[in-house]
Amino acid sequence: MEPRLAVLEARLAALLGSEGVITDPVRLRTYECDGLMNHRATPAIVVLPNDAEQVAAVVRECVAAGVPYVARGSGTGLSGGALPRADGVLIVTSRMRRILEIDIPGQRAVVEPGVINLDVTRAVRPYGYYFAPDPSSQQICSVGGNVAENSGGAHCLKYGFTAHHVLACEVVTPDGELAELSADAPGYDLLGVFVGAEGTIGITTKITVRLTRVPETVQTLLAAFDSIEAGGTAVSAIIGAGVVPAAIEMMDALSIEAAEAAVRCEYPPGAGSVLIVELDGPETEVAAQFAEARRLCEDAGAFEIRVAADDEERALIWKGRKSAFAAVGRISPAYIVQDGVIPRTALPQVLARIDALSAESGVRVANVFHAGDGNLHPLVLFDDAEEGAEARAEEVSGAILDLCIEHGGSITGEHGVGVDKSRYMTRMFTDTDLDTMQMVRCGFDPGNLCNPGKVFPTPRLCGEVPGVRKGPHPFEGKADLF
Amino acid sequence: MSAHDDLPKLLDDCVHCGFCLPTCPTYVLWGEEMDSPRGRIHLMQQHVDGEPLSGPMVEHFDACLGCMACVTSCPSGVQYDRLIEMTRADVEREHERPLKEKAIREMVFQLFPYRRRLRALRGPLRAYQKSGLERLVRRSGVLERISPSVAAMERLTPPLGKARRLPELVAARGERRATVGMLTGCVQGEFFPGVNAATARVLALEGCDVVIPKDQGCCGALSLHSGREDEARAFARRTVETFESVDVIVVNSAGCGSAMKDYRTLLADDPAWARRAEAVAAKTRDFAEFLVDLGPRAKRSPLPVTVAYHDACHLAHAQGVRSQPRALLAGIPELTVREIAEPDICCGSAGTYNLFQPAAAGELGDRKAVNVDATGAELLVAANPGCSMQIATALRRRGAGIAIAHTAQVLDASLRGLGRDTVVARRS
Repeated sequence: MEPRLAVLEARLAALLGSEGVITDPVRLRTYECDGLMNHRATPAIVVLPNDAEQVAAVVRECVAAGVPYVARGSGTGLSGGALPRADGVLIVTSRMRRILEIDIPGQRAVVEPGVINLDVTRAVRPYGYYFAPDPSSQQICSVGGNVAENSGGAHCLKYGFTAHHVLACEVVTPDGELAELSADAPGYDLLGVFVGAEGTIGITTKITVRLTRVPETVQTLLAAFDSIEAGGTAVSAIIGAGVVPAAIEMMDALSIEAAEAAVRCEYPPGAGSVLIVELDGPETEVAAQFAEARRLCEDAGAFEIRVAADDEERALIWKGRKSAFAAVGRISPAYIVQDGVIPRTALPQVLARIDALSAESGVRVANVFHAGDGNLHPLVLFDDAEEGAEARAEEVSGAILDLCIEHGGSITGEHGVGVDKSRYMTRMFTDTDLDTMQMVRCGFDPGNLCNPGKVFPTPRLCGEVPGVRKGPHPFEGKADLF
Repeated sequence: MSAHDDLPKLLDDCVHCGFCLPTCPTYVLWGEEMDSPRGRIHLMQQHVDGEPLSGPMVEHFDACLGCMACVTSCPSGVQYDRLIEMTRADVEREHERPLKEKAIREMVFQLFPYRRRLRALRGPLRAYQKSGLERLVRRSGVLERISPSVAAMERLTPPLGKARRLPELVAARGERRATVGMLTGCVQGEFFPGVNAATARVLALEGCDVVIPKDQGCCGALSLHSGREDEARAFARRTVETFESVDVIVVNSAGCGSAMKDYRTLLADDPAWARRAEAVAAKTRDFAEFLVDLGPRAKRSPLPVTVAYHDACHLAHAQGVRSQPRALLAGIPELTVREIAEPDICCGSAGTYNLFQPAAAGELGDRKAVNVDATGAELLVAANPGCSMQIATALRRRGAGIAIAHTAQVLDASLRGLGRDTVVARRS
């Protein structure tokens, strides 16, 4: 181990005790990746702090030693946002899992970053509330991770992303100070900058989340179509009719096959696509809109429509969808979960192009998506034992993102850029765009030690001259001003 | 376990999604990757890739309870149950344990799978419990100083009463509907003789001829779940021989039932035994599973008791038996069933776990006891002797008094019209 890391290790052990510091190489390696396995790096040191003060102290030690650090929650991210640095410290928040306060009249709860998303809902459900962001990994992903990635989920079509449900964050800034960012504070919306910054401008240590009232009624239907196109038509028709479903999700034949193998969700056999439409709200409104959604599905050619009679049946409908990513492991040795966005109206064209891409390359692509807001999750399947298969899959995966950009969409809807997609940033943004974003980042983290190497394609130091500009960088030598 | 070469292939099934983490008892306790199923699978992979079984690695494998909650929660179908069994066998083969640990393990494995040895202990243990020596020893903490494992064993021993021997055949009452073999188990048989007696009575009252082979031995569950494969196979062969002549084998202990259903894999590589083992595995049924399939015939008398039902891991996760015991209980007039929070999290018993990992087991036991206590039930029903001892001990530590019974004992009380006192008076 490098001498400065050895010194740092001793200082961290003094801070956290041996219980809170991992240095054994075999143990360290279990932290080499998050939910995305194709990027790996064994961290030099892992720390498991118990509270905000410890996180701040760890960051201060890292800064003093000039060692990069990365925060990690439950390790379920799908863009490698929590990929460790081999020369750095991984700060894991999984022991910071206390729900500190539940304020029902104020419709808010204060939680530590390691609290599991679904545990917030479990804690407030008896009062008739829940935490709305619902990533498919909600049973294990942490609220801190949700904040970093601005996570969405099936129901963000109606309820919005994590950003819409975070009222304040206590953060450890990249220089190791504890600061409070609040949505209520006048001036620049720094909380808005922080949420979704993928851990590059600080680590959240306490989150005040908004609680949402459990809707009076929920209705869920599952519609089966012969083809993806028919399903896509139904989606456009429903949204076009002014119905705002809580969620509207689509799966194609291949992902249905996987979900069936994994959780026996018993979706209608032979379906080319299934659509899950969920409406919630006041009873009369839901009843009227539900009838309309149902009719529009029939008009689009649904050959079977099932309506969940109770929560149990609703859970079964959702089980297939929520387990779809991991379930693909049943039908393919390896796969890439892609995350892209297109305008909803472009759904049929883009899906047809993905089909063509798949046929040309011989690479199978399963499609799962939040159809209501055009957030695609193509799952690109390959056999990692086969030579060159991963490269071919990567190529198809990248081509799908090109398709998204070409249709006016984005390279990520909710999984974040992380390390996996930083290389695609140049396809979406000009150098000037990226330089401007870097300036924001440098404003918070001039030392470039806070989760460096993520989001941006070409990491550079804050004083460095970006792009091919002539003359001195406007920020050169002034980074400490920020 | 057979087909050891499969291990790398089975490891490949894991996609690292992390869905298993919140159901893993040790992750819940410590929040560390290495003590989660995903982390342990990563460690297994490191071993496959050539990393020797180091002390830290073994520590994390040993810390796994083998509760199989991760198997239930895994959407990718990772067979963690097989993975950990194979890995434990590797540990036993390749890893040299410290002398004291070895001695304790040897003592446990030379004692618990042998009914005669357990029986020989009953007399001295009863005397020890009755004489007041028990209180003295506990207060002194002397056992804790000798070995935390020995202290755990002492703590867990349930109050022992007289044990009546079961006959070799208990005849069906009324028209016979089935003939079943009954496994009496080692710990169940010696420490909870009342459970076996109740099981036999209920089966007979429901119209079954119950065959209880006298010379039956250990099913091999403890050995199988601890990586002692050869020992497990020897026990399995003997059990196959004992029971292959009956149509159905009814097992009232979750750990035993799950091991017997696994005989197929355990003896798959043994040509002389593979088919016989498969046949026995196929006709093994948990007590509740069997009775629900058979359908109720005997009259249920009211039993006005509030019951908390505890899912034994080897019943719920390993055998998928969750609804059947609840259905049996719900079929008893005036009985109320309450659910225990965090039903998927193991109570910490886990076969030999509470003996070898007493600290972690104690924490999990306390967690379970809090949840059991919160139900406000008067009676805890569990279908595994290990769980009963573990939760009873944890409840005692809390000073909470609740009666504990097996599903069979509750049914027995209802079928025989004994009234609530027979089940709720049995304090833990």
